[in-house]
Amino acid sequence: MSQGLTGPSPNERPKPEGRRNSQGIRIDPEIEAEPKARRAVVSALVKHQPGVLAEVSALFSRRQFNIESLTVGATYDDDYARITLVVEEPDPGIEQVEKQLEKLIPVIAVDELEPDAIRREIALVKVEGDEPEAVHAVAEMYGGKVVDASEETVTVELTGSQQKIEAAIDTFDRFAIREIARAGTVALERGAEATG
Amino acid sequence: MSEPAHAVSRDEEESTDDQPTTGASSVIAALENASVEIVFGIQGGAIMPVYDALYHSDVRHVTMAHEQGAAHAADAFGIVSGRPGVCMATSGPGATNLVTGIADANMDSDPLVALTGQVPTAFVGNDAFQETDTIGVTMPITKANYFADDADTVGDTVGEAFALAEGGRQGPTLVDLPKDVTQTETDHEPGMPTPPESYEVPDEADPETVEAATRALEGAEKPVILAGGGVIKGNASEELRAFATAYEIPVVTTMPAIGSFPEDHDLAMEIAGMHGTGYANMAVTHCDVMFAIGTRFDDRLTGGVETFAPDAEVIHVDIDPAEISKNIHADYPLVGDAKTVIDQVDQAMTATPDAAAWREQCHAWKDEYPMDYQAPDDEPLKPQFVVEAVDEATDDDTIVTTGVGQHQMWAMQYWTYTKPRTWVSSHGLGTMGYGLPAAIGARLAADDDQSVVCFDGDGSFLMTGQELSVAVREELDITVFVLNNAAIGMVRQWQDAFYGERRMASEYPWIPEFDTLAEAFGARGFRLETYDQVAETVEAALDYDGPSVVDVYIDPAENVFPMVPSGGDNGRFAMNQAHMEEL
Repeated sequence: MSQGLTGPSPNERPKPEGRRNSQGIRIDPEIEAEPKARRAVVSALVKHQPGVLAEVSALFSRRQFNIESLTVGATYDDDYARITLVVEEPDPGIEQVEKQLEKLIPVIAVDELEPDAIRREIALVKVEGDEPEAVHAVAEMYGGKVVDASEETVTVELTGSQQKIEAAIDTFDRFAIREIARAGTVALERGAEATG
Repeated sequence: MSEPAHAVSRDEEESTDDQPTTGASSVIAALENASVEIVFGIQGGAIMPVYDALYHSDVRHVTMAHEQGAAHAADAFGIVSGRPGVCMATSGPGATNLVTGIADANMDSDPLVALTGQVPTAFVGNDAFQETDTIGVTMPITKANYFADDADTVGDTVGEAFALAEGGRQGPTLVDLPKDVTQTETDHEPGMPTPPESYEVPDEADPETVEAATRALEGAEKPVILAGGGVIKGNASEELRAFATAYEIPVVTTMPAIGSFPEDHDLAMEIAGMHGTGYANMAVTHCDVMFAIGTRFDDRLTGGVETFAPDAEVIHVDIDPAEISKNIHADYPLVGDAKTVIDQVDQAMTATPDAAAWREQCHAWKDEYPMDYQAPDDEPLKPQFVVEAVDEATDDDTIVTTGVGQHQMWAMQYWTYTKPRTWVSSHGLGTMGYGLPAAIGARLAADDDQSVVCFDGDGSFLMTGQELSVAVREELDITVFVLNNAAIGMVRQWQDAFYGERRMASEYPWIPEFDTLAEAFGARGFRLETYDQVAETVEAALDYDGPSVVDVYIDPAENVFPMVPSGGDNGRFAMNQAHMEEL
């Protein structure tokens, strides 16, 4: 059978010296280093119109970006909304997140926030109401406040960094937590620097 | 060409009937503003107001047999003309049938505008008859899509969709048109197509990076230019040729870039990747600087990224910043328009790379890994021979369209492409059935004296063969060569290579006679079975003024080589079956 063409076989050919990693970056073939994932806060200023959130979330799902939290809210200008994303990816991935977001037509600007940017989360924690004073004291300790109390329950509002909220929830655990509602990170740059 | 049946009544009506301006007539006015001359589509309930407005327009409508055909025809029209092709369909199944064609255009950055009917806005979300969430379905496969909710602005929205499909990195856009919006009267006339204000298209690359990239290229001992589809989309083929020739740098192309650099040029290494030439893959694997222009480093090109051009510093030109370092890290990212950036680099060049030895090596590889195939008289027809015979019999500016599979690879390998926009194929999505509707779109975009040839497979032809009815009705001179091996040949090849020759669902125990089928449609049919018939049959089919189909009985055992297995090392391509065992 005359199957195929002629030429030196694969093992007879010269070999290149180099190698790339799975991100397509040239590396020393002796050291097999894959970039580590890091957490980044990305802020996107978008047109305030129907479907933008769907477009953004569809993008993340389709490109398999690892997303930790996503919040959307109004801005000072009614025509625009701000989407704040926390992503965990190696560096080339974070760059891709930003570039792919920028390609969406309703997206006006995208920025990764500085590591010292102000980041806040909010949580509502509903605990058993057996010890209202103690709950109150713990809430104050974390800068939170009691926003609802019934015969059976006390609900506390907490804001702060993710770590602070996690710590507070750990502490509230001893009052027997009934329910928790949390929202993702919102963030702005410090000082005069504009965000996205 | 026969006049459409209603042509007479149309003229009469125009003099008496003062049509009100509606959302639908704004849509058509927007197309006219964009100089659209032709729309491919199919009628249906929710799109009827738009068709009614088309009745009063000079824009030509070509009714296709299936909406997928409309999308592919519009896509091919866009490739050949450089301007967005327009397709139109009704809601529900009309829109979902367009989806394959839209996805195809999205993968290949082909300019395309899709207009879909939608149920009236009051019914949207109620699961009304022929309702589909077209916006939701097409969101991930369009550059942008729009739900038009206002008769006053719908024309401008269509204009914006057109401008976005055409501008920057081209791609498909879609406007969903609810029936009440297109029926509502409006006094607003749409303006010229304009992209949204926030849409920015990079033109010139960063001058400092250009400077640094140029120094790297000048200093290269083993430079390669990798031309991608962006060279053709950016109308930079002439600049590429001048640049490569001036600095004597070998040129490798990707599949969508076929025709961007003449394959008969001394510096042409032809196509790299899975079924690229051995010499192109050697050049890519061993180069020390790669000047890549308008490519997204698709996996069929790179094979495993770990072994792709592993010794090369990469200069990457792309109009889409998101392509930079997406798959292959760019040492010198040049975001900008292909033509402009080639010119920038040219201006910055102060020396020709000292690469005589490398060019000699590239030529040696051409001799070592030739594309010469065996065609013994006592074996069935070799498809490569037929491709070469058709190439011989036609002019240089002939347009080739293809389906997807083995026949596509042979058409790519054994035809000598010398001009941009003469290769019209489905690359990224790999859509079987693309070839025939694409030939229809290409024919309508091509110059009258240009020939249009489609190489198809039997499997591909069976998927969209009904579009032959359109070619006959519209009297389109196209010649289809069905390279018939009674199998989904590429799958059969992979089964033989990787699945222990278990040919599950890849062979057709019975297939129609395509020549007879063509005659039933009103086209001319030919059959080609032996070498001594080739010249005569090819000539007769090409000479026929109208659509013809040549059913070519090729060697069913023939496989496509060279081959780099999926995710493999480009430098370790197999030239033949025996090499496959080594991989």
